[in-house]
Amino acid sequence: MAISTAASDKAAGNNVFATAIREGLYAGLIAFGLFVLLIGLKTDQNIRNELVIVQRWGLLAIMVVIAAVGRFAYIAYAVPAIERRRAAKAAAPAATSVEESFLKRNLNTIGLAFLFLFPAIVVTFSGLQGSLKWIDNFGIQILIYVMLAWGLNIVVGLAGLLDLGYVAFYAVGAYCYALLGTEFGWSFWILLPAAGAMAAMWGIILGFPVLRLRGDYLAIVTLAFGEIIRLVLINWREVTNGVAGISGIPKVTFFGLMSFNISDENYFGKVLGLAPSGVYYKIFLYYLILLLCLLTAFVTIRLRRMPVGRAWEALREDEIACRSLGINTTNTKLTAFAIGAMFGGFAGSFFAARQGFVSPESFIFLESAVILAIVVLGGMGSLTGIAIAAVVMIGGTEILREMQFLKMVFGPSFTPELYRMLLFGLAMVVVMVWKPRGFVGSREPTAFLYKRKAVSSAFTKEGHG
Amino acid sequence: MEYFVQQLINGLTLGSIYGLIAIGYTMVYGIIGMINFAHGDIFMVGAFGALITFLVLVGLFYSVPVVVALLVMMIVAMLLTSLYNWTIEKVAYRPLRGSFRLAPLITAIGMSIALSNFVQVTQGPRNKPIPPMISKVYEVFGISISLKQIVIVIVTTVLLVIFWYLVNKTSLGRAQRACEQDRKMAALLGIDVDKTISITFIMGASLAAVAGTLYLMYYGVVTFSDGFVPGVKAFTAAVLGGIGSIPGAVLGGLLIGFIESMWSAYFSIDYKDVAAFSILAIVLIFLPSGLMGRPEVEKV
Repeated sequence: MAISTAASDKAAGNNVFATAIREGLYAGLIAFGLFVLLIGLKTDQNIRNELVIVQRWGLLAIMVVIAAVGRFAYIAYAVPAIERRRAAKAAAPAATSVEESFLKRNLNTIGLAFLFLFPAIVVTFSGLQGSLKWIDNFGIQILIYVMLAWGLNIVVGLAGLLDLGYVAFYAVGAYCYALLGTEFGWSFWILLPAAGAMAAMWGIILGFPVLRLRGDYLAIVTLAFGEIIRLVLINWREVTNGVAGISGIPKVTFFGLMSFNISDENYFGKVLGLAPSGVYYKIFLYYLILLLCLLTAFVTIRLRRMPVGRAWEALREDEIACRSLGINTTNTKLTAFAIGAMFGGFAGSFFAARQGFVSPESFIFLESAVILAIVVLGGMGSLTGIAIAAVVMIGGTEILREMQFLKMVFGPSFTPELYRMLLFGLAMVVVMVWKPRGFVGSREPTAFLYKRKAVSSAFTKEGHG
Repeated sequence: MEYFVQQLINGLTLGSIYGLIAIGYTMVYGIIGMINFAHGDIFMVGAFGALITFLVLVGLFYSVPVVVALLVMMIVAMLLTSLYNWTIEKVAYRPLRGSFRLAPLITAIGMSIALSNFVQVTQGPRNKPIPPMISKVYEVFGISISLKQIVIVIVTTVLLVIFWYLVNKTSLGRAQRACEQDRKMAALLGIDVDKTISITFIMGASLAAVAGTLYLMYYGVVTFSDGFVPGVKAFTAAVLGGIGSIPGAVLGGLLIGFIESMWSAYFSIDYKDVAAFSILAIVLIFLPSGLMGRPEVEKV
């Protein structure tokens, strides 16, 4: 008996192996077809500005072999391993109430503590000047996206309205601060709420006509609105200075008490008796965006417990049921649009202050797609999941810039930055196929009957609930 | 008057290209109910396939008859985009078919980003100009019609006839229309739904490849980012004509082409894309089922 099982196992093993080889060959063939023109032949300009073909058969061969071997390994080793693990899991008795690890229970507290200590840690390890890159390119950059994604989460994750033009509100906020700040010299602290209000107003203006639409159509109309706003910014040259953008946007002051311009009387460093350095401003901005993020999170969490938040989630699950229960869907959708847009506007004015320069370049559709990707990959509705997704996606692509050692592997003309968006797009596909519900797949509902328990997000329609 | 007719001809040319792309959107939406956001980039890949084929042909034979060159370019571009769209459907859309509504749209956006950046990485970010292939211009009653425009209109018409035949007169087309109406029922009646969907993607991609070749021939230049704006305009065309309806897509494409060329001629060329996007918004808001689409009835 035992011998025969072993024999059949072996036969099955051979079978898997044969399938794997076949699949690998197919994959190689398809890869050859996909890449033969685009990788094997490169169009290049010669000295007379004519296009010529450069042949790269070596690179093509490498890509084809990678595809074939990868597919082979996946079928021959990865799939059986996954099956075995699944079988083992099914065979083992379901573990009753597993005590969650300390890390898991206190994830939010630890994360917050780390975020508050981050500048201090970086300054300790890499010195004042060395920390600039980490605080600016990583800390501030990621937090801006966290804030944008949390803002969009109100519209997409809570109210279930797919918005592909969120970057329009970001642009409204940024241009609001840029224009009013440079024209009238108004302070950031006045213009921050103004930018938020302005963006919220635009949220209502753009939200009103699209209320009747849902799903894909809504997504496309919001995309159209986002593009219209960008095109107006490009073409309305008298006001926005067109593609050249607006530069010389004033810096944020330390609540009006101290300034971050070295030449000023009340320069931060002078007042506190520190050596002049650009890092103070960055650290200040870091804490500013961190607080703005926390404000977004706080408002989101509180709103979910209010009637309007409940109405959003109900709307997301079933609009018709919602309407028959007497919820005013128009107002509910408009508040979601307006509040989401307001946070976009805050983030926009912060962005303008941080860059000191805005141009329509920064508000392309790709940005909307990136923000939406973060929301969806994080598991719509889950604030922690979205923050993790932002760190992975934005931090990951930023890290590519730092990978100079790749130049030694692929030659000096290799620029890792170029691959940023390629990898980003592929990551969107891979994560979505692998985990359609995002990184955080289950959550506690806001309202519950008798007992609080987490549900798998597969039970809800769009996000979590 | 002559100016107006001139613009009409320009619009017809543009509209033919948009119509060809729009069919891909409308067919995919009709059969699996998703917006294939990467379709615009498939069109761009088609243009690049044609560009590289053109350069190879010129490199190998030095001088090639234009008709032969165009034909070879189209065929190679069709094969290339078909393979791309087939692979994308298999890898990125099929696993998510039973998933929640947003999932395939997200992977489609991811694929769109990946495709355009893949071409940027492999072919470089610069504009790719080619020497003009056809430069003859006819003067008729003070209106100048270039041979390029005639070629575009003729190729589009021929393709549409072939395509109309495929969809309406063959068993393949019947299977496709059956899947569109009710996928489960079609499967029960012995139609291989997966295969039909794959073929739909291949057909859409082939038409986009022809559009890409014509675009390259007409403008003489292409870049990696050229998929987005024509893609959105073609989608607008599909929606305007009534998504899911193939004649509607062609009609919508022509209308968008006319509107765009008239707008550039009589109003402002800067805002021509704004016009296209505004039409998209207005149509979706006031006429969601388009000119020739069936109104959607929501069932509870």
